[in-house]
Amino acid sequence: MSTAATAGALAAGTVHRAAGSPGFLSPTGVEIAFLLVGLVTLGAAVVTVTTRQLVHAALWLVVALGGLAVEYLLLTAEFIAWVQVLIYVGSVVVLLLFGLMLTRAPIGRSPDADSGNRWVALAVAVAAAAALVWVVVDAFRTTWIDLDGAPSGTTEVTGAGLFQHWVLPFEALSVLLLAALVGAIVLSRKAKAGSEPGAKDAAASGTATGASRTRRDQEGTR
Amino acid sequence: MHLAYPAVLAALLFCTGLYGVLARRNAILVLMSVELMLNAVNLNLVAFDAWLSRVAEDTLHSGQALALFTIAIAAAEIGIGLAIVLAVYRNRGTSDIDRLRDTAEGHDPDDPDSDATGRALPAPAAGEKAEATA
Repeated sequence: MSTAATAGALAAGTVHRAAGSPGFLSPTGVEIAFLLVGLVTLGAAVVTVTTRQLVHAALWLVVALGGLAVEYLLLTAEFIAWVQVLIYVGSVVVLLLFGLMLTRAPIGRSPDADSGNRWVALAVAVAAAAALVWVVVDAFRTTWIDLDGAPSGTTEVTGAGLFQHWVLPFEALSVLLLAALVGAIVLSRKAKAGSEPGAKDAAASGTATGASRTRRDQEGTR
Repeated sequence: MHLAYPAVLAALLFCTGLYGVLARRNAILVLMSVELMLNAVNLNLVAFDAWLSRVAEDTLHSGQALALFTIAIAAAEIGIGLAIVLAVYRNRGTSDIDRLRDTAEGHDPDDPDSDATGRALPAPAAGEKAEATA
């Protein structure tokens, strides 16, 4: 059965190659799924940057990041997809929610979520989107990703590549994470603790939250 | 799959994040938009790696390795960024980036200072504010 499936995949691959570059008007199932998930992701991202409720922005960010994880799965990059779910959805969004609560963000609609230059920002973003989409479509209109066969992003392949060719940047990255941990702790503690009891209490709690936050960050990254 | 699909999606996500960075007023929402931009770059890296791993003879899987590195750096960035935002909030009483204009050029130096003093937390933050400004 598996040999039959492989033969079918190979035949499909040769058909694709024989046909040159397939047209846009006959999408495959993977492409349809990619388009639908992409629309959901883009919509969630747009709601994230336009909503006036700050907590809802963080929750829509979860939808956008989860949709991107599904896109990674569709591109056969399994390991990156699960890392995305673990770190972004599990840690970064939780950190952002903690940040929103610690800065006493208003629950409900806040009228001044957007600054006064939002129309200039919209013009810049639309111009950049038009230019980028034009260039990208013009460049890669006929390029075809062959997704059949063995997946290119399993944990085995990624781990072998990471620990054979990318060991030195990986170790440098762990040093960077340590520096970020220390830096976050230094930034979170109060500068002159001990002068007044109230300030000392606040300093202790601030250091504790900073340390736990960055430790969680570090664990998530590992 | 056409390479144009993930590339166009990444470009649109990047521009959405760009709009958020430019238009948002709360610093934490700006950090969320930065996350969106970083994720758009990650999608590009993964898509081009999936393409090159079939086209090229010998590949180092550099796209996926760089995507992992970007994710780790983004996690570190969000930790440091939130620590900075919290420190600013403790010292100034606001995380509104439109009001943090002390280093803006062409400003009367007395004006933003009095503004910041009016918004700062009363007693224990006064000494630190001077230190933070210095």
